[in-house]
Amino acid sequence: MLQLRVARTRRTALIGLAAALAVSLTACAESERDTGGGQEGGTLVFGATGAPSNFDPFYASDGETFRVTRQMFENLVGIKPGTAELEPELATKWESSPDGKTWTFTLREGVNFHDGTPFNADAVCKNFERMYGQTGAGATAALSYYWIENFGGFSDGANPSLYQGCTAENPTTVKLELTRFTATFPTMLSQDSFAMQSPKAMDEFQANNVKAQGDSFVFSEYARSHPTGTGPFKFTSYDEANGTIELARNDQYWGDKAKLNKLIFRVIEDETARKQALEAGDIDGYDFPAPADWDSLKAGGYNLQIRDPFNILYLGITQKNNPALKDLKVRQALAYAIDRESLVKSVMPENSEVATQFYPSSVDGYADDVQKYSYDPDRAKQLLREAGHPNLTVELWWPSQVTRPYMPNPQAIFGAIKEDLEGAGITVKPISKPWAGGYLDQVEVADAQLFLLGWTGDYNSPENFIGTFFGTTENQFWTSGSPWGQQLATAIEDADSTVDAAEREAKYQQINRDLMSKYIPAIPLSHSPPAIVVSPEVQGLVPSPLTKEEFAAVSVSSPE
Amino acid sequence: MLQLALVVVVLSVLIFGWLRLLPGGPVSALLGDRGTAESRAELTDALGLNDPIFVQYFAFLGRAITGDFGTSTGVSPGKPAMELFLERFPATIELSIAAILIALIGAIPLGYLAARRRGGWLDNAGVVGSMIGISIPIFFLAFLLKYILSIKLGWLPTGGRQSADIEATRVTGFFVLDGLLTREWDAAWDALEHLLLPALALASIPFAVIFRITRASVLDVMDEDYVRTARSKGLTRRIIRDRHILRNAMLPVVTTVGLQTGALLSGAVLTETVFSWQGVGQALAIGFERKDYPVLQVVIIAAAMAYVLVNLLVDLSYAVIDPRIRTAQKVS
Repeated sequence: MLQLRVARTRRTALIGLAAALAVSLTACAESERDTGGGQEGGTLVFGATGAPSNFDPFYASDGETFRVTRQMFENLVGIKPGTAELEPELATKWESSPDGKTWTFTLREGVNFHDGTPFNADAVCKNFERMYGQTGAGATAALSYYWIENFGGFSDGANPSLYQGCTAENPTTVKLELTRFTATFPTMLSQDSFAMQSPKAMDEFQANNVKAQGDSFVFSEYARSHPTGTGPFKFTSYDEANGTIELARNDQYWGDKAKLNKLIFRVIEDETARKQALEAGDIDGYDFPAPADWDSLKAGGYNLQIRDPFNILYLGITQKNNPALKDLKVRQALAYAIDRESLVKSVMPENSEVATQFYPSSVDGYADDVQKYSYDPDRAKQLLREAGHPNLTVELWWPSQVTRPYMPNPQAIFGAIKEDLEGAGITVKPISKPWAGGYLDQVEVADAQLFLLGWTGDYNSPENFIGTFFGTTENQFWTSGSPWGQQLATAIEDADSTVDAAEREAKYQQINRDLMSKYIPAIPLSHSPPAIVVSPEVQGLVPSPLTKEEFAAVSVSSPE
Repeated sequence: MLQLALVVVVLSVLIFGWLRLLPGGPVSALLGDRGTAESRAELTDALGLNDPIFVQYFAFLGRAITGDFGTSTGVSPGKPAMELFLERFPATIELSIAAILIALIGAIPLGYLAARRRGGWLDNAGVVGSMIGISIPIFFLAFLLKYILSIKLGWLPTGGRQSADIEATRVTGFFVLDGLLTREWDAAWDALEHLLLPALALASIPFAVIFRITRASVLDVMDEDYVRTARSKGLTRRIIRDRHILRNAMLPVVTTVGLQTGALLSGAVLTETVFSWQGVGQALAIGFERKDYPVLQVVIIAAAMAYVLVNLLVDLSYAVIDPRIRTAQKVS
């Protein structure tokens, strides 16, 4: 009995201790909730497919980061909603000198950053000097991808830069000087990375303080929790433990104020989980629903919007490892052997189009009269015989563990192409590797022979497509394997530096014709549109071909 | 302790080498289809991935001693891997505790009852049910639960740890506890609602295993001489149950609970992925997809440590349950 009593006393003491602990914890755990605050505009919760890398768009290159920063930041030039066309944003107009190297921007008046500091010519120059002045880790492609792609080098002079200088003529006039003319300017400034950020906030929170540490990068205080732009939404918080990013309406916005009170992005990594979250009403929409789900989403009453395609899927050809592929007739035979009509109909999502050249028709320099290759296996066989390769054997590489908007189902695409090639008497050796598990590693260093890959355009520019593909000769296509490789690269560079717009357009059209008749460095397959889906309560979402949706005009009617 | 240190060192070598020998890597994961030959080479260099593996390993070890375990490249780029782990660990612990509680509270009484009424309907249903519980793939069960309870019936949320629009104060990282501590009752309730489905899914295997072990163990013990003696002495059923049957039957059960708790992490990878639960298991799954070396290293090593520690606790609890072990320790 005594023993029992002791045990009971011990138990009581334990409970007492636990209670005391709980009380003391409660004492130091105060709710930080602010009470009050109107809810009139409503809240939209949008499902993101991944966590943003940081909130400083200059150091980002991924869509999930830009989806968030786009709502908070603005650029000198903007994109008209629903199109790929330029429109004024923070600059109301711009004009260039006759040689196209000096650009004068007239800035919008009465614009303030979220921290209350004014947006003016001085701020623009500080932004450009900041981007141009990157050093160390900040000057690597992993962080400054878009600067390097568009402007080239930095102020250290290690690589030539497009950027020359910036002058604030007066508070609303800014002059940007370039080292050469390029047709991509000023359109390139519409890219999210070149957003205008508050110089004061960038100083205060040491925006440039990025470091390569060990085997990764460390972002600045600014990039993690103090992004400060001029846009219709401003940053509230990033709750990493719950995977939610919260933005609030900027009530001091210069233009039409956002309709929503709050805009929340919730990270849901799993594709099926996103769909289910929408169906259960946990989120109000998400991006890139799988084409296989399109019909069931539409049937469920959801507002599924298919964008205009602004991408390209191609069958890449590496002219390095298989000598037969250096023969134009062999490459033409491949083009004839593939039934792209049926590929687009049976494997690609609704509203996909057969690609006749390397970019969609909405991009400048598109040529209607390129040589077309309709499905003709007999012609393919004949061309192979003429080339002396009647029993051609090729490796066909395709990636697993990935879906891209231009390639929603790599395995099915591979299957269709393999069958077509075999139909033309070609022996296909399939090689499959995980996307980030060897595929890109090897394809990019020209280890493949035939391979599936594609590209989503950043902005309306031929340079962004064919310049990326064929502007250099020793990449995945290895066009240096053929005598015309350098010639093609030079022609693209020449077109880009042609100041006269009509002349430039003609040059690009000619390049597209040559690409499809004289060169065929790869076989364009299709343009396939990505979709975005929102619940029926969501109004005002304008899908963007560039997948750059803005949520300022979006509202949500409460279902309750 | 020595055992623990040894496990960590051996494992760190294995993990480090193995991750880097797999094809592909963080460069492809980071640059994707936008990488060019130059930018890829530059990034590989910046990340120090060109050095021989053992040079990389000693650099890692050198930094690890100073408490720097690298920064995430894929799961949450730029965040120190250890910070990421510590931030996500409460989520996984919260889920695991909930799952193991469900399993314990449900399975032990059920297992005992099934054994006492051997051959009865409860026993038969339990045996069949636990067979299903063990054999059903956890992601399938998770989907099934989610489909019925949240999508069709709308009773529970489909995923996440808390509703996106709830304003909750974070104290410990255990969301339910935080809500209670700060007296934000709605936040606590909301977190609890989010917790229930993933915890149920995760509990399925431990529940079934613990049920079967309890049942078998109680059946064994009931046939022992001392139980018969106790009965013939005229002791009450309750005393026989508490002191003689349960206490003796609990030893194998405790071992099983320990092993199952350790094994929860593998179940958590699937459950957390299906329910977008921002825990360590999800970090592991995403880390593999995006080749996030630092995060994978920290998570796998920490998981191994947790496994060792749980089993140490189990060893200690034997002494509490079995007086013979206590005496043996005292004598030696």
